[in-house]
Amino acid sequence: MSYKLIEAENIGKKFCRDLKRSLRYGIQDLGAGLIGRNMGHDQLRKDEFWALQNVSFTLSRGETLGLIGHNGAGKTTLLRILNGLIRPDRGSIQVRGRMQALIALGAGFNPVLTGRENILVNASILGFSKREINERFDQIVEFSGIEEFIDMPVRSYSSGMVVRLGFSIASHMEPDILLVDEVLSVGDLAFRTKSQVRIQELKDAGVAIILVSHNLHTISHVCSRAIALEKGEIIYDGDTERAIDAYRTSLMKSHRNIEDALRAGTGELRINAVDLLDSSKKPENEFNIGDSVIIRIHYEAIKPVENPVFNIAIHVLNGQQVTGLRTDTDGVTLGTLTGTGYVDVHVPHLNLLPNIYTLDGIVFHDDGFTFYDRVNKIAHLKIRGGLDVNGIAYIPHTWQASSN
Amino acid sequence: MQDTDQLPVFTYSATTQRSSLKQLISSLVSDLKSSQELAWRLFIRDISAQYRQSLFGILWAFIPPIVTSLIFIVLQSRKIINFGETDIPYPVYVIVGTLLWQVFVDGLNAPLKSATAAQPLLAKINFPRESLILSSFYMVLFNAMIKSIILVAVVIIFKLTPAWGVVFAPLLILLLILLGLTLGIFLTPIGLLYTDIASSLPILIQLAFFVTPVVYEPPSSFPFSLIAILNPVSPLLTAGRDLITKGMVVDIISPVMVGSITILILFIAWLYFRIAIPIIIERMSS
Repeated sequence: MSYKLIEAENIGKKFCRDLKRSLRYGIQDLGAGLIGRNMGHDQLRKDEFWALQNVSFTLSRGETLGLIGHNGAGKTTLLRILNGLIRPDRGSIQVRGRMQALIALGAGFNPVLTGRENILVNASILGFSKREINERFDQIVEFSGIEEFIDMPVRSYSSGMVVRLGFSIASHMEPDILLVDEVLSVGDLAFRTKSQVRIQELKDAGVAIILVSHNLHTISHVCSRAIALEKGEIIYDGDTERAIDAYRTSLMKSHRNIEDALRAGTGELRINAVDLLDSSKKPENEFNIGDSVIIRIHYEAIKPVENPVFNIAIHVLNGQQVTGLRTDTDGVTLGTLTGTGYVDVHVPHLNLLPNIYTLDGIVFHDDGFTFYDRVNKIAHLKIRGGLDVNGIAYIPHTWQASSN
Repeated sequence: MQDTDQLPVFTYSATTQRSSLKQLISSLVSDLKSSQELAWRLFIRDISAQYRQSLFGILWAFIPPIVTSLIFIVLQSRKIINFGETDIPYPVYVIVGTLLWQVFVDGLNAPLKSATAAQPLLAKINFPRESLILSSFYMVLFNAMIKSIILVAVVIIFKLTPAWGVVFAPLLILLLILLGLTLGIFLTPIGLLYTDIASSLPILIQLAFFVTPVVYEPPSSFPFSLIAILNPVSPLLTAGRDLITKGMVVDIISPVMVGSITILILFIAWLYFRIAIPIIIERMSS
């Protein structure tokens, strides 16, 4: 027999964009289900799309698999199919062993009842038998760290306490497969650490884990393998760092065409485009750490402008600013600009860490304060690599060993 | 850790697997078994939550049927309406009738109410779905038991002396619950999708109240006699009332028939529920 706990073959799942129509399809499917036919399972009806398509993978005992992909890529849908909540419209999935999902923590808690009573109910919903609950009750309470509140009604708990209790109950079951969706990022730091340790314990006990998180650090830290999803399809399955890299590429693709409504300025001088050129002056969006890059800012002056200030701001995608490059702080004056042209910024070593970055292009009046034009996210760039290089800054360096 | 070979295997696939009747029944039985414990927990949860947030607690089981009965007793005694003669004192007729009707209505409402409340759970956690129905059945049974206290009180206060047949009265109450539950289960899947079901149910129940011999004797002349013949609640309710007040029934065949058909259809409703719920969950938000 095989040692595979999950074997998914060619799974596809349709969703409907329109709620009214979705409900109507529900009734249709119900009718088809009752007479035992699979009516139109394979074809898209109006307003439907494939939320998952051609998804095949296997999971073995003791493996920890990360699922990454941006919102709507199909991660949660896949988990719901694995969990047996919804049926695939195509393909099939085989699951061996007891499955436990750390997803809806504290679902089914009744606010009026005490923590103690809710443990009994929740554990029962999750499939614990009475004997199993009694055996683990004290452990669950202790792990949750809320012993002193256990006989108080749950509605007096803070949201953090509810999650703690929920996690504690769900993680004390002994599953063969554990599904974890975004729960490691809730609660305070101490509890997050505790949860990660608990996951590690389960992993060491041979439990196969599927982890969904937007926190790539968690994925990289916990998972030996990852699957990157894009628009419902697997774009990479394998090494975690490379999956993260693939995910970033897909992330950049989806952000490339965003027109920003925040464009502002007096408009005499406009930025038409910002290009990134590699060392051979060819346009490129993907670089390795330390590559030489030219940032080319194409401008158009409606009328002649005196000494404009050019500024490129580099952000982590949807995150903090990494750096800003300004002509005035660098002591550069550009004189009078007329017509169209471009300004180049030469970066000999682009020492950014692997990630997706967005560039904002800004031109100021010579006061360095009033905008001529400002275009957010005018360009994107990706530094290749996973999270094996970590932190916030890259320092050029060499290593050398010497003996005294 | 067990050997991988011994682990239970679940297959989720796009194509429906045909199963033999024997497989079907064995899976029904095993699912019912595994949902029993959970159903009991859910029942205990609902009962404790319900009474912890209420001053009058159990009294609420008595109040609605008593109020309804009082209204009709007053209307009839003042001759505002005239439902004709009943062979037992009218107040007894109405109180017992209303209570039995209420038991049926409880059963009818229970599955949808319980499934709607559990919607977030249904969408996120894979647990035996039957437990929702089962726990709502426990709840209705519990409420019916409390209501039976009034029935006993009525028998004592009005000095009724029913014959030995009164021991079958609980069976009739159970059948009324099961009839309500069966209809309720059929409504549940669609009721989870469309709120129209939940909105129209009270109106339909009110209409049904007047085409069931709850507060008046069933008319015996055609076409109004159809009320008693076509309405499945009528024979059970009439027989139940006769058993409680007199200890015997005039017509034994129709309640027995309705009862057995109810049990058969309950089984079909259960199968329908099992097929329908996964399809419905797909359409619910996660």
